[in-house]
Amino acid sequence: MDVSFERVGFRYAVNTPFETEALHDVDVTMPSQSYTAIVGHTGSGKSTLLLHLNGLLKPTTGTVKIGDRVLTAETKGKQLRTIRSEVGIVFQFPEHQLFEETVERDIMFGPMNFGVPEEEARRRAHELVDLLGLPEGTLEKSPFDLSGGQMRRVAIAGVLAFEPNVLVLDEPTAGLDPKGRKEMMELFYRLHQEKQLTTVLVTHSMEDAARYADQLVIMHEGTAVAQGPPEQLFADETLIESYRLDVPQSVHFQRQFERKWGVSLPICLTEERLADEIARVLKRGEPNA
Amino acid sequence: MLEKMIIGRYIPGTSFVHRLDPRSKLLFIFFFIFLVFLANNPLTYTLLLAFTLFIVKLSGIRFTYLYNGLKIIFYLIAFMFLMHVIFTKGGSVLIQLPFGTIEEEGVRQGLFISIRFFSLIVVTTILTLTTSPISITDGVELLLGPLKAINVPVHELALMMSISLRFIPTLMDETDKIVKAQVARGSDLHTGSLKERLQAVVPLLVPLFVSAFKRAGDLATAMEVRGYRGGEGRTRYRQLTWRWQDTAALLSLFVVAGLLIYFRH
Amino acid sequence: MSQTIPIVEAKNVSFTYVPENKDVRFALQDVSFHVQRGDWVAIVGHNGSGKSTLAQLMIGLLLPISGEMKLFGSIYTEENVWDIRARLGIVFQNPDNQFVGATVQDDVAFALENRGVPHEEMVRRVEEALRVVNMDQFLTAEPHHLSGGQKQRVAIAGAIAQHPELLILDEATSMLDPQGRAEVIQTVKALRDTIDLTVLSITHDLEEVLLADHVIVMNEGRCLMTGTPEEIFANGMELETIGLDLPFALKMAQLLEQQGLPLQEQVMTEEELVNALWTYHSSV
Repeated sequence: MDVSFERVGFRYAVNTPFETEALHDVDVTMPSQSYTAIVGHTGSGKSTLLLHLNGLLKPTTGTVKIGDRVLTAETKGKQLRTIRSEVGIVFQFPEHQLFEETVERDIMFGPMNFGVPEEEARRRAHELVDLLGLPEGTLEKSPFDLSGGQMRRVAIAGVLAFEPNVLVLDEPTAGLDPKGRKEMMELFYRLHQEKQLTTVLVTHSMEDAARYADQLVIMHEGTAVAQGPPEQLFADETLIESYRLDVPQSVHFQRQFERKWGVSLPICLTEERLADEIARVLKRGEPNA
Repeated sequence: MLEKMIIGRYIPGTSFVHRLDPRSKLLFIFFFIFLVFLANNPLTYTLLLAFTLFIVKLSGIRFTYLYNGLKIIFYLIAFMFLMHVIFTKGGSVLIQLPFGTIEEEGVRQGLFISIRFFSLIVVTTILTLTTSPISITDGVELLLGPLKAINVPVHELALMMSISLRFIPTLMDETDKIVKAQVARGSDLHTGSLKERLQAVVPLLVPLFVSAFKRAGDLATAMEVRGYRGGEGRTRYRQLTWRWQDTAALLSLFVVAGLLIYFRH
Repeated sequence: MSQTIPIVEAKNVSFTYVPENKDVRFALQDVSFHVQRGDWVAIVGHNGSGKSTLAQLMIGLLLPISGEMKLFGSIYTEENVWDIRARLGIVFQNPDNQFVGATVQDDVAFALENRGVPHEEMVRRVEEALRVVNMDQFLTAEPHHLSGGQKQRVAIAGAIAQHPELLILDEATSMLDPQGRAEVIQTVKALRDTIDLTVLSITHDLEEVLLADHVIVMNEGRCLMTGTPEEIFANGMELETIGLDLPFALKMAQLLEQQGLPLQEQVMTEEELVNALWTYHSSV
């Protein structure tokens, strides 16, 4: 499902002394089944942008297109619900949204709100618990009796359960340990491929952006200042520096290596790729050969 | 909507009223409530109204800001005024309307009641607008201090109040996040029957309570580790100083009270 | 004499949250370690490895079921608990849930008020502590106007104002964005340069681990390994399986080895890696 922002602007608290501009002139396209990473500092407008993806905020000016649906300042009730059923958002610390007595009922909450029959919702809950690697018997438990990592998986299942076409992830690994982070990111990548989702990841981790995304959007002071493949944007040193961002560690090291050896390698967004390239250079023997 | 409400809001500033000790402001309000009921004729009500407007002037808060923030209450006062005008009878007939008459006593009573309410609301609002919640808490704690002698847990109450105030914005943010998360999952808070809407509140309340309890637990731990064990032997970081202006503010109140008593009949 | 008393000494500490149920794995089992004055010690382990339970034991909120947890040479008793706590400061994970005061200065003063420090002294210490964490320009700011990193720095100031001997960071950076994390780590580093402070950080942040003099690795309630960061990371793969990341340079070294490029020495930093590669290259 294609998603696009056209000249989107957003102001908080319009017509009050507290009116502030959060977004202006945002033009971004996320093609169907693409994996877009949105990066930028806290306060750059990332979170505000994300809330537009399913109409939790409506643009003050401009339009957001989600598939065939159009979101503007005027969009109301029923249309908003349709958009919301198409776009699932996994918020930061999603486990804070759990409330039901059992895991099963919590997962069924979303789909049933969107009119999925109870039996079908239950079937999906069972399927998702498996898919997310939760232990057997989790469905009957209270979500509040689970470990932190398990609670997060249940919350994610609760979003996947209404089978959105677009999946938005806001720092989904915050607070997890490194192993948990990696497992979680791999899980989302698998879902992205298997369910042919259009995925939008808001992250501080340049490593994750480089490893998983096929498109990168840089947000800065309320607007999208750059959009393109990660290979291209991360290769542009002046661009990255002018927005005080970092490059992935592999790229950072690649630069050091290139300087020392006087060679130029194709950009390496992952450690594995970099190891390949370095091995190639070293095995060739002489630098510059 | 909520953004426009100003009751309970604090606007930092350096006006005469801002700089008063919270204790004098609290005492002022306390006595002002009695003062309002001293007025009983056009002259005394005018005096009361003038005194109120003078306080607003001293606070440096703009009238338009007050008007916008208290609009709903002003409508309520206007409504009360109308009720009196229509239903209170007595004195000469001022206007003859198809459905009845408007009489002098109605207008009179309407005006008096309106001024009374207006003064009370405006002066208390000025107190909150010019005093930070934490200063109000300090003021309350110190004013009620003598009650400790009869085992009223004044310190604990004040601490509870200050912690609640400190967590209001945090919990508002939290509520906002939870609302967004549940709305994104298709929860509908704005349509449906009353029963459906009440049910829609459960997915908000449960996470909010879970989180509030977690916060309370964490906070208790943090306080304990930082050596909190009740008011005994504690010193105070925040100090209040009573200046001559505070005495003057309270005196002005008694002067006005004297005038009102003199001119009422 | 006092030189030799460790700041923290755990001797065969065991703990369980459910003593009545013998089937549940103990949260801590037979844990022993010590922290010497002036050390920076990192305790690492995946979520649920028992490292946060350790913190609770160190601040006397929990008591061991068996074994001894000594702080400054004493075990916690009813009588000394407040005195021991007066000598340590702790910063917890959630920046919001430990901010007691209505403003920055009130929060820093909180512990001092509790301990009956006179007013003038309090004002002096609050200002000093906020200067140390570089938050002195936010004296009257309210918590909801601060970033997570700023709130954690205020929490550090609150601890420092008591002039503690030990500062415990209980996953203090885990809820922060990279900028906030960097601020907090930078603050602790600067503190160590200016005052005599023992630091114990419970963390899975790699950078914090690399800054430590000693690392204690926890796994499933047991103390799996102790040593310098270099010694710990020499163990490579095992660490990844218990939920700790490897430093980038080490990860690269492993990948290069799989490519048939074994490096001779152990590398921890990117610079060391470049040099090791250069040496390797020249020796071929």
